[in-house]
Amino acid sequence: MSGSNISAQPSADRATVIGPGSAAVIEHPSSSPLSIHDMTVAYHRKPVLWDIDYDAPVGKLVAIVGPNGAGKSTLIKAAMDLIPKVSGLVHVFGEPYRKQRRRVGYVPQRGAVDWDFPINALQVVAMGLYRQIGWFWPVTRKYRVLAMESLDRVGMADYAKRQISQLSGGQQQRVFLARALAQNADLYLMDEPFAGVDASTERAIVAILKELQSGGKTALVVHHDLQTVTEYFDHVFLLNMRLVATGPVREVFTPENLRKTYGGKLALLDQVGHKMSGVAP
Amino acid sequence: MIDTLHPTSVSRRIVHATAVLAALCAAASPAIAGPHEHEHVQRDSTPSSPSQEHPNSHSPAPLIVWPTWDEVTRVLSLRDYNTRVVLLGTMVLGMTAGLIGTFMLLRKRALVGDVVSHASLPGIAIAYIVMESHSAGSGKSLTGLSIGAMLAGVSGVLCTTAIRRFTRIKEDAAMAIVLSIFFGLGIALFTIVQRMPTGSAAGLSAFIYGKASTMKAADVQVIAVVSVVAIGVCMALFRQFSLLCFDEDFAKSQGWPTGLLDLALMGLVVCVSVIGQKSVGLLLVVAMLIIPAASARFWTNDVLKMAVAATLIGGLTAFFGVTTSALFPKFAAGATIVLVGSSFFTFSLFFGLRRGFVRRAFMHHSLKQRVGQDDLLRSFYELLETDAKAAMKSASPTVNVSDTNLDINLGMPRERLLAARSWSTRRLTQLIKKARRSGLVQLAPDDSIQLTMNGAVEARRAVRNHRLWELFLIEYADIAPSHVDRDADEIEHVLEPAIVAELVELMNEQFPEMRMPPSPHPLELELELELEL
Repeated sequence: MSGSNISAQPSADRATVIGPGSAAVIEHPSSSPLSIHDMTVAYHRKPVLWDIDYDAPVGKLVAIVGPNGAGKSTLIKAAMDLIPKVSGLVHVFGEPYRKQRRRVGYVPQRGAVDWDFPINALQVVAMGLYRQIGWFWPVTRKYRVLAMESLDRVGMADYAKRQISQLSGGQQQRVFLARALAQNADLYLMDEPFAGVDASTERAIVAILKELQSGGKTALVVHHDLQTVTEYFDHVFLLNMRLVATGPVREVFTPENLRKTYGGKLALLDQVGHKMSGVAP
Repeated sequence: MIDTLHPTSVSRRIVHATAVLAALCAAASPAIAGPHEHEHVQRDSTPSSPSQEHPNSHSPAPLIVWPTWDEVTRVLSLRDYNTRVVLLGTMVLGMTAGLIGTFMLLRKRALVGDVVSHASLPGIAIAYIVMESHSAGSGKSLTGLSIGAMLAGVSGVLCTTAIRRFTRIKEDAAMAIVLSIFFGLGIALFTIVQRMPTGSAAGLSAFIYGKASTMKAADVQVIAVVSVVAIGVCMALFRQFSLLCFDEDFAKSQGWPTGLLDLALMGLVVCVSVIGQKSVGLLLVVAMLIIPAASARFWTNDVLKMAVAATLIGGLTAFFGVTTSALFPKFAAGATIVLVGSSFFTFSLFFGLRRGFVRRAFMHHSLKQRVGQDDLLRSFYELLETDAKAAMKSASPTVNVSDTNLDINLGMPRERLLAARSWSTRRLTQLIKKARRSGLVQLAPDDSIQLTMNGAVEARRAVRNHRLWELFLIEYADIAPSHVDRDADEIEHVLEPAIVAELVELMNEQFPEMRMPPSPHPLELELELELEL
């Protein structure tokens, strides 16, 4: 990187490490898929996120990593106005989120909904198209075809008419992914898509992520499995109520940063550290 | 010092509150138990006899008066104007309530209807007092009372929301608090109404217990208008409501005005419970909202079909409830409607085509049977396979065993079958009995078990399915060979023929010229055998 501070380029390959005492000056490039300015979020009176300042790089897969209660889901939800912010601004491709909703695809946590709901897989996917369809128009053939294509992309075309409670956890997750894909967004925010899915679903999701990336899309993914971060993602966002570090996995996903994020308590860290030392140059 | 709630002080407060409430109820009881406490749809044909009007007179009336055939035909053919009016109003109400109840049930807000109706009680009383003090005699205006009920109902719901949002009290507790406070307040206000000059004749108790029989054409008009609007809104916003009920966060992220949609839904609930109070009473109106929807859920897995079914069930419930009430004097219409509704529910609970208890039990039972039978045959076959292998290994160790050189006529002692799986003796006996009845096995003269021709074919199929499935799991689902047996066990019994065909193709690629794929993992019995050798 050239090192010029005023370049309007998204800081795709620059690592930002914010430690105590370091006064970080970060510019917010207008082309960033998601830029968060000084966002603070609190539940009741307890702050969950402090002063998050972040620009997502274009066309990268970003893992949001942090311990339980670090505010990973909160970060995504607050960015999308699903929960109120105490302060801060969120811009999507240089404009407020409200104006750019169609360009953002959201994959909520699988556990957030009642899978006993009387609806089939195709109908769930079609929900991603409701906004396009408009208020009072029916779901026409054209949209059903679109929904079907999305289901096919995640390998679930055969299950289109299945009631959603009859799907396995992995299949349910794929349906959620397909719903976001149907929207054909440019930025995807996914909340723990890999939680509790089978190996083949995990592979399918990774394949979709890579496919999205090669199509120039950006994805921010809340991820809990440290072991696979290096394999699946190119950027990482280490979070523990504050932004600990963010940047390319190679530079930022270090045992030291992880210790800062997790408070040095995790035995797993050493394992990951070993793995990292094998991967990193 | 932090103000902590000491347990005893809490209990003292509760006792105190209960005492206050009890006193209030006692004071208000004349207002509630008005002259028309048990109301039924009147039969115009029956001239009211003195004994029915004054149950305490000389000849006691029988507990149940069975209707005559003439009365039955008269009610069912809708010959009476009064019955027609009541039936029409209640059915339209039932259908609308069923439709809206579908969304309330799916939104997990089943009790909101209850909050609305209980909370509307003080609204009714206040509206009456206000109207009476404005101009005496105008207090009975249904429109005025309904507006009061609606406002109070809405504020009840808003209170629940506020308590939930601004305190840490959970939703169920918030509902219980609001519901009881508003209802208590309502009853206290009814005592005041009772003391007003026209109060005792006001008949406000009809709102608590319902009084379908007094329904007038004008009431039906109100019900019809509200219902048309409600059904129209539901149809227009069907997708949005479904999305809201299924995944509120996603709806919000898509930019749907979830707050407004929620408000619209609440508004509909308030309207229906307020117009429903007059006929079934505020205590029972929640049943009209929820029972049809809950019943419909047993019959379908599609939200649109569920809504249609709930609408129909709501209408039918009202029809049968009102006609029953018309046929049996002294049966209050509201109660009858709810009882009919509960019988619909019970029927659906047991016989619902999608989720009914009987269907589930049947599916479970037949699956269990199939699994048991497959397991028996498979164990049998694998034992035979092991024997054949052992025999051949002792002859020449390199020869591969295939199913062509199995001696399927070999008898199998029960003990070996018992050892092959974790069956109890009783379960094995059961399985064998069942298999004998299906002609799959027979008893040899020495009491060992023998496969029949049919049984051999079935056993081969079961083993083949199991191994195909194991192959599939190893090939496609990344399950380690050592775990594959158990996972395959769970699923193989439900394999669809199309999948089996696909697996066969896969198998043919991997193991040409072989009708039975070898087990991808050593059979337990073989392991034992190898240890012995």
